[in-house]
Amino acid sequence: MEQQVGTFAVKKGLAQMLKGGVIMDVVTPEHARIAEDAGAVAVMALERVPADIRAHGGVARMSDPELILKIMDAVSIPVMAKCRIGHFVEAQILEAIGVDYIDESEVLTPADEHHHINKHAFKVPFVCGCRNLGEALRRIGEGAAMIRTKGEAGTGDVVEAVRHARSVLGDIRRLQTMAEEEVMAFAKEIGAPYELVMETRALGRLPVVNFAAGGIATPADAAMMMQLGVDGVFVGSGIFKSGDPARRAAAIVKAVTHYNDPYILAEVSRNLGEPMVGRQISAIPETELIAGRGW
Amino acid sequence: MRIGVLALQGDFAEHIAVLRRIGVEAEEVRLPQHLHSLDGLIIPGGESTTIGKLAVAYNLIEPLREFGKEKPIWGTCAGAIFLSKDARRQQPLLNLMDITVERNAFGRQVDSFEIDLDVPALHPFGAEPRPYHAVFIRAPLIASVEKDAQPLACLPDGRIVAARQGHLLATSFHPELTSDDRFHRYFLSLAKKAES
Repeated sequence: MEQQVGTFAVKKGLAQMLKGGVIMDVVTPEHARIAEDAGAVAVMALERVPADIRAHGGVARMSDPELILKIMDAVSIPVMAKCRIGHFVEAQILEAIGVDYIDESEVLTPADEHHHINKHAFKVPFVCGCRNLGEALRRIGEGAAMIRTKGEAGTGDVVEAVRHARSVLGDIRRLQTMAEEEVMAFAKEIGAPYELVMETRALGRLPVVNFAAGGIATPADAAMMMQLGVDGVFVGSGIFKSGDPARRAAAIVKAVTHYNDPYILAEVSRNLGEPMVGRQISAIPETELIAGRGW
Repeated sequence: MRIGVLALQGDFAEHIAVLRRIGVEAEEVRLPQHLHSLDGLIIPGGESTTIGKLAVAYNLIEPLREFGKEKPIWGTCAGAIFLSKDARRQQPLLNLMDITVERNAFGRQVDSFEIDLDVPALHPFGAEPRPYHAVFIRAPLIASVEKDAQPLACLPDGRIVAARQGHLLATSFHPELTSDDRFHRYFLSLAKKAES
């Protein structure tokens, strides 16, 4: 057999190598090195962390490829970058510069209000956000090789991350106890491809790796998401908007490995300095929430 | 037979699933005390820098070296890097195998690939000799083998992607990601040999 690149197995496989790890948002090569030294499994290269995108307002777009390339040069771990929902040309550009994973992200301003990118058309793998099982399986149907629950990015409030993880994992448990003749109606109800619903039911988990994201700010937040049943975590603003990023980053890495050991969690939670200043999601006007972006 | 899988980070659950499927007891290893009473250890794929840092932070380096002196260890991808004595950059290594590895030797993720390999050592583990389908993800290359380390599998161009040194085994690729369990059974045969 000839060598094959860009297969779904290698796209999904990279996400499997990230399991049990922490993916950190970074805005400079220096941040990227701090993240790598702290034990991050990958970095997300972007111009502004979500908390600043929120504060800044305006249209949020793909970052300057020059910045992403500098971050790729700075570290040996995989580098991810974000494109706007539906913006397949931003994705083509990110593939051309060789990023390791593309996040088709609701954190940026959507470019298409009806369609996501056809991710099967790319060699580079994609991760996409979801709030529930239907959304996760629609994205996998479009070719996403990794899923993350959305949470509410840039808030430091974990409540939405918990809501979305419970929704996905709870629906999978419900799916497994259902009679087989009920599955088609369930697939219709959640708007998901029937074959992927059946595959999820057989596996008892999503067919691809599933991380949590959006509002994780402490080692305890990260360990809680792991105990709920996700495969790893993204930490965006929570690290570089805190008082001591290197220390907090290393603590969150340890908390994800030892998520089931409260003694180690207590140890790593000590003396981390100021966490990021959070924004309580229930106090944010509905129009400013971003998790609803995506269809 | 009880086999541990280093569970600091990476696809340890995939290795555990294969081991259980072929009827072997498998345990997650996160701390030095978890190594007691194991007959062998697998170091999974993942990020070698992350696994190395966590191994240092939880005092696993020396216990793993001691374990590897007597008992079989198999490293896949990041695990192979961790087993080596030289990764051509500064990062924590176990220094157990006399191999030099080159990280990300094939390029970035868009260059990750699948290919069939001829692995003669696996022939006793199948009904008939057939190629081994290997998945390479941002994979390292085994740039050189020294002392009594031996190549076990090569790419068509001759570059080494699997090596064995006594009861130690390193693969650049990921047998835990495919349904072909011959590599796991080969590793178990090393563990049985070490036991007797």
